[in-house]
Amino acid sequence: MATPISLVIAEHDNQSLKAVTLNAVAAALQISPAVDVLVAGNGTDAVAQAASQIAGIRKVIQIDSPALVDQLAEPLAAQILVLAPQYSHILAPATANGKNILPRVAAKLDVAQLSDVTRVISSDTFERPIYAGNAIATVQSIDPIKVITVRTTGFDPVAATGGSAVIEKQAGDAAANNASSSSFVGRELTKSDRPELTAAKIIVSGGRGLGSGEKYQEVVVPLADALGAALGASRAAVDAGYVPNDYQVGQTGKIVAPQLYVAVGISGAIQHLAGMKDSKVIVAINKDPEAPIFSVADYGLVADLFTAVPELTKALG
Amino acid sequence: MKILVAVKRVVDYNVKVRVKSDNSGVDIANVKMSMNPFDEIAVEEAVRLKEAGVATEIIVVSAGPTQCQETLRTALAIGADRAILVESNADLQPLAVAKILKALFDKEQAQIVILGKQAIDDDSNQTGQMLAALLDIPQATFASKVVIADGKANVTREVDGGLETIAVSLPAVITTDLRLNEPRYVTLPNIMKAKKKTLEIFKPEDLGVDIISRLKTLKVEEPPKRSAGVMVADVAALVEKLKNEAKVI
Repeated sequence: MATPISLVIAEHDNQSLKAVTLNAVAAALQISPAVDVLVAGNGTDAVAQAASQIAGIRKVIQIDSPALVDQLAEPLAAQILVLAPQYSHILAPATANGKNILPRVAAKLDVAQLSDVTRVISSDTFERPIYAGNAIATVQSIDPIKVITVRTTGFDPVAATGGSAVIEKQAGDAAANNASSSSFVGRELTKSDRPELTAAKIIVSGGRGLGSGEKYQEVVVPLADALGAALGASRAAVDAGYVPNDYQVGQTGKIVAPQLYVAVGISGAIQHLAGMKDSKVIVAINKDPEAPIFSVADYGLVADLFTAVPELTKALG
Repeated sequence: MKILVAVKRVVDYNVKVRVKSDNSGVDIANVKMSMNPFDEIAVEEAVRLKEAGVATEIIVVSAGPTQCQETLRTALAIGADRAILVESNADLQPLAVAKILKALFDKEQAQIVILGKQAIDDDSNQTGQMLAALLDIPQATFASKVVIADGKANVTREVDGGLETIAVSLPAVITTDLRLNEPRYVTLPNIMKAKKKTLEIFKPEDLGVDIISRLKTLKVEEPPKRSAGVMVADVAALVEKLKNEAKVI
């Protein structure tokens, strides 16, 4: 078999490179020593510059085109397909973007995709969680090109600096630029000065036990402030409307693995545990001693959260 | 306008699956099976589009063993008009299912395909995107709001950090996220009515589709167990542990 060469699709917002890219590069480096990073967007000089510093990569391919500015699946997949024949592996972090775009690339190449890979066994064999992480499958791909989304919590990030890869500017593919079947209308991102959930070192999450969105603000937010933590929530809390959907930690939300995860009033449904059980230290505060969350917690406190959490906030303040 | 909705029969979301002792897979003998929750949302959305006068006919499709007929009957009871089962006992992976759906899309000349964003068994999150690619039509994944007007779908999508809205020209593929809608409960009269609706059965070979597995599952294991830690008596003890034992604050 020919020597493997990997292409990692960088996650960015045209201005800055997202840290999850570093985890995807880490996975790629376990597959092949040669790893290129694609920065496709518009006005991405700063992103390409940052990508070129990533330790261990061979080169950065920068493609700027107005059609790519919003990371729409159709033009971006078309662009990746132009590069695909040069690679044995195409990887992206398993973010909303990566999950949106890569299956489109895989189908066009008539190959399968390996979703949410957590471990590289060899260049064609990988581990991935199934059934909300209740089982781990080892799967082998028989396809000539492996298209992979990387569960970023499965791989320690490579160093963001120390490398000095060349930046190769390429012109956007004409056909890809003309793909106009899809257009961008608008974006409402949650404004927050907090760390991003998937990159945070500490996360404080609230669940149904809080009873309301007001209580979430009154109880969970001050604790997160005291810890400099990101805010998360269980699906039950999201479904009940306490917080926006992008706070959701779990199988159908974000998969996180911070140094410290504090679960407040969260019972610990399977689907929530699937999203946080790889955290280094888990603290659970819940009044129900039978709550399943205690089975994964390093430190459990059976208490009324409305008194215990403010007390904890005060102790840390 | 015809809408095609794809549904998958999966282990019910309340069941905690067990890995088989020979590590060949998970044990799904004698466990409760249901419609994939995201697909239920897809069926509901299609029915709402029909009730709003946007859609004229809803065709619900499933690919898998003969028992998928039950899943299709549930979709018919929610309000789909007719059903198609592509019957196969093979391990149907997302690319194969996308090819099956493409064949049915071409046959039915649908304008919109709605699918769940991911199935809760293999957690792949691929089939909708793959179908859009094979059809060379636009995709709007992880939808939390869908508005159809002037030959376009305006779709609000759940993305990292918030929401974004895109407009896609029809035909298009839409995949559903959790907050798109709350599926209705099926009523007994509707279950009875669903029994009389048409359910066609094909084989993948009738559609000329290659369903060969590209991924071989070598083994399936239990995830590493996280052992339960200690219970602390009060907040002071918790702070002490976090500072001095775990050293995370």
